[in-house]
Amino acid sequence: MIARMQALGEQGLNFCGTFGRAGLFLLATLLRRPRLIRTFPLLVNELYSVGVLSLIIIIVSGLFIGMVLGLQGYNILVDFAASEKLGTLVALSIVRELGPVVAALLFAGRAGSALTAEIGLMKATEQLDSMEMIGVDPLWRIISPRLWAGFIALPLLTLIFSAVAILGGYLVGVQWLGIDGGSFWSNMQATVHFREDVVNGIIKSLVFGFVVVWIAVFQGFDAVPTSAGISRATTKTVVYSSLAILGLDFVLTAMMMGGW
Amino acid sequence: MRTRTIEISVGFFMMLGVLALVFLAFKVSGLTNLVGNHVYYVTADFNNIGGLKVRAPVRMAGVRIGQVTQIDLDHKTYQAKVTMAINNADSNIPDDSSASILTEGILGANYVGVAPGYADKFLHNGSKIDNTHPALVLENLIGQLLFSVNKGSEKKS
Repeated sequence: MIARMQALGEQGLNFCGTFGRAGLFLLATLLRRPRLIRTFPLLVNELYSVGVLSLIIIIVSGLFIGMVLGLQGYNILVDFAASEKLGTLVALSIVRELGPVVAALLFAGRAGSALTAEIGLMKATEQLDSMEMIGVDPLWRIISPRLWAGFIALPLLTLIFSAVAILGGYLVGVQWLGIDGGSFWSNMQATVHFREDVVNGIIKSLVFGFVVVWIAVFQGFDAVPTSAGISRATTKTVVYSSLAILGLDFVLTAMMMGGW
Repeated sequence: MRTRTIEISVGFFMMLGVLALVFLAFKVSGLTNLVGNHVYYVTADFNNIGGLKVRAPVRMAGVRIGQVTQIDLDHKTYQAKVTMAINNADSNIPDDSSASILTEGILGANYVGVAPGYADKFLHNGSKIDNTHPALVLENLIGQLLFSVNKGSEKKS
């Protein structure tokens, strides 16, 4: 009994410790003296591997999600003779919810896990330590550009995802099922508001980007430097960031709906 | 050479993101007045606004001429004070026009309909529409109907 309680307490302490380390790690990375000119090429490289390489999966899944929404929405709306409202339905659900959340989930799976594995392997093969030995700060050289690349890439990916998904809905609704294109767009424009819907979606994606990249990079940095440790860290990245995205999405939606 | 491809593709990615934002802003949310302020503000007091909401359209002859920007309760008259932003393009609305709260279809959302008057003076920024008609509340209507039906049956008996 006592031993179990001890184990429980230890777990709690470990949990708090991890949280504290993650916070300190983030602060240390962000508060690093910025060396813009020298960071820039690194940032471009990371943007390539985090952003450009995720583009395909984002565009393809965005297209299909928009098309499915168009198809499902049409079949329900047509019963109420309101199929012209399909544009509204697709645009609002994509821009407000599905865009930020699904793009972030895909991003966590595609880019987050890659970040964790990369940094974890660097740690396991002692590249980080040797960097410190030759006087290069690994937080600056390795971590910081990845962190910033993630912050920048996810909102852009989300925007692309939303745009492609709405075009997918248009493709199914207008081109295939034969809704009038003019009413599709005009109903959409009458109900979707830039500040309330589009900007709130961007705010969501900024928060998600921050959280996903933070979790991914920290898990890599904090991984046990063995092959099993790296695989566990990668799994943890995907699981934790998915949970964080879905949980935060609820909190953010509640805040935004509450007239915030 | 490889860094050059990377740079180009990252630039392309950024451009794509910006394009997506532009698409969402203009094509999806119909943002037309970025700088805004091509409008003037007019108020009207209603006895009952029904389900009117902020950003509901203001229409004249069915054409959208502006939107509702603010709804307050007047604490002296207990009327709803509705502030509307009317596009500057429609600046020749007569002073004695009337405003009423109408509904799109049977179950649709409320909007403000402006019917033109005959005065030579026009509405301007800060002016008030005096002639207003409140929203038709379906429950009241049904209540009145039942009341009159009851009355009728009493007379017969």
